[in-house]
Amino acid sequence: MAKELHLQTPLKDDDLKELKIGDKVLITGIIYTARDAAHKRLVDLIEAGKELPFDIKGQIIYFVGPAPARPGMPIGSAGPTTSYRMDPYSPILLDAGLKGMIGKGPRSKEVIDSMIKSKAIYLAAIGGAAVVMAQSIKAAKVIAYEDLGTEAIRELKVENLPCIVANDIFGNDLYDEGIKKYKK
Amino acid sequence: MREIDVKEIIPIVKKLCIDASIYIGDDVVEKLKEFQEKEESPIAKEIISIIFENQRLSVEKQMPLCQDTGVAVFFIELGQDVHLVEGDFYEAINEGVRQGYKDGYLRKSMVDDPIIDRKNTKDNTPALIYLDIVPGDKIKITLAAKGGGSENMSEVKMMKAADGIEGVIDFVVDRVKRSGGNPCPPIIVGVGLGGNFEQSALLAKKSLLRSLNEKNPDPKWAKVEDEILEKVNNLGIGPQGLGGRTTAIAVNILHKACHIACMPVAVNIQCHVHRHKSAVI
Repeated sequence: MAKELHLQTPLKDDDLKELKIGDKVLITGIIYTARDAAHKRLVDLIEAGKELPFDIKGQIIYFVGPAPARPGMPIGSAGPTTSYRMDPYSPILLDAGLKGMIGKGPRSKEVIDSMIKSKAIYLAAIGGAAVVMAQSIKAAKVIAYEDLGTEAIRELKVENLPCIVANDIFGNDLYDEGIKKYKK
Repeated sequence: MREIDVKEIIPIVKKLCIDASIYIGDDVVEKLKEFQEKEESPIAKEIISIIFENQRLSVEKQMPLCQDTGVAVFFIELGQDVHLVEGDFYEAINEGVRQGYKDGYLRKSMVDDPIIDRKNTKDNTPALIYLDIVPGDKIKITLAAKGGGSENMSEVKMMKAADGIEGVIDFVVDRVKRSGGNPCPPIIVGVGLGGNFEQSALLAKKSLLRSLNEKNPDPKWAKVEDEILEKVNNLGIGPQGLGGRTTAIAVNILHKACHIACMPVAVNIQCHVHRHKSAVI
């Protein structure tokens, strides 16, 4: 039976040593949102030697473009977007200190190798379970790139955000293992 | 001849946009239940339970099932005895989308230029509108709100007659295999066969309008659908691509006549947030 573990951000190397693919984790703390357009801008900043709009060391980026919040709510529906579109950018952010990513769908070999090198993890959230995910988001504010609308970078305060470990720091891949197990 | 004021269309389209994003069809729920019972993987069973919980919360909180509330795709059946008056029909649909996505707190996901500028239009327009003229004096408006993740896993292939039905089945199954966990399985596989290059893709999208509880009216195609569904679910991809038996809950095929030299095949992948709503004026 898979374990259920609590993770507090920012992440430390010790927090990630025990995690194995298939483990359920509940994340509490501050995380940041970014999708395609914001990733491009972040990587452009790194390549130009400029400062990022937030300290990326030990942080988690959630690949999400949320729906607008209803009045009185911190955020609208907020499930993961498909991660492979971020594959060209993720190794550069991992080199800069990023420790975790939340999304859906498998990652490229380059990203998995980069996660081993940076001792970082990739967490799967349930695509299409966007109202469930929003229940764990207690506050949200745009901290960069407001012009991108839903694709702006948001700082999210989360409590027990539910995810599954899809890639651990040892290079294991739940997408690969899971499919092998049930293939006929 | 029946006159219809295009302004009547605006609130109807608005309601379709909001309702489709919140209320999932009974056919999807029934299919998911049926597959959850047969599912062997514990993690897959749990994911389907979370999908049910999400459907319940969506109605309770009046929040869209998925943050990606999609491109608003419309299939219009316009009665030939209808005379549209007092404005532009397409603009009325776009105004309905604008109001629905604003007042329903739905995500605006359209960019004006696909490659260079990619600037968000901020109101989810333009809608994609396909029009069929039919007998009668009514208008049937069907909205298919289509998310980007599953759309990206779709493909058109110009096959040759020698590839036969086996070639078609292999291509469809391979398309699902290459999609893995990306399109948010459990999925519905829409297949369009025949027509031309452009029509096959439209047929694939239209095939998804058929209720998941209805079999293909042609028994020989119903058999092909069953065969593809079985092969797809033997891939082991499972819900979210994390392994399991429930990769697809249905395969829908729509076919049309085609040129003697051609055999166009299109696959349109639909995620489990399968949003379709219709209204008749």
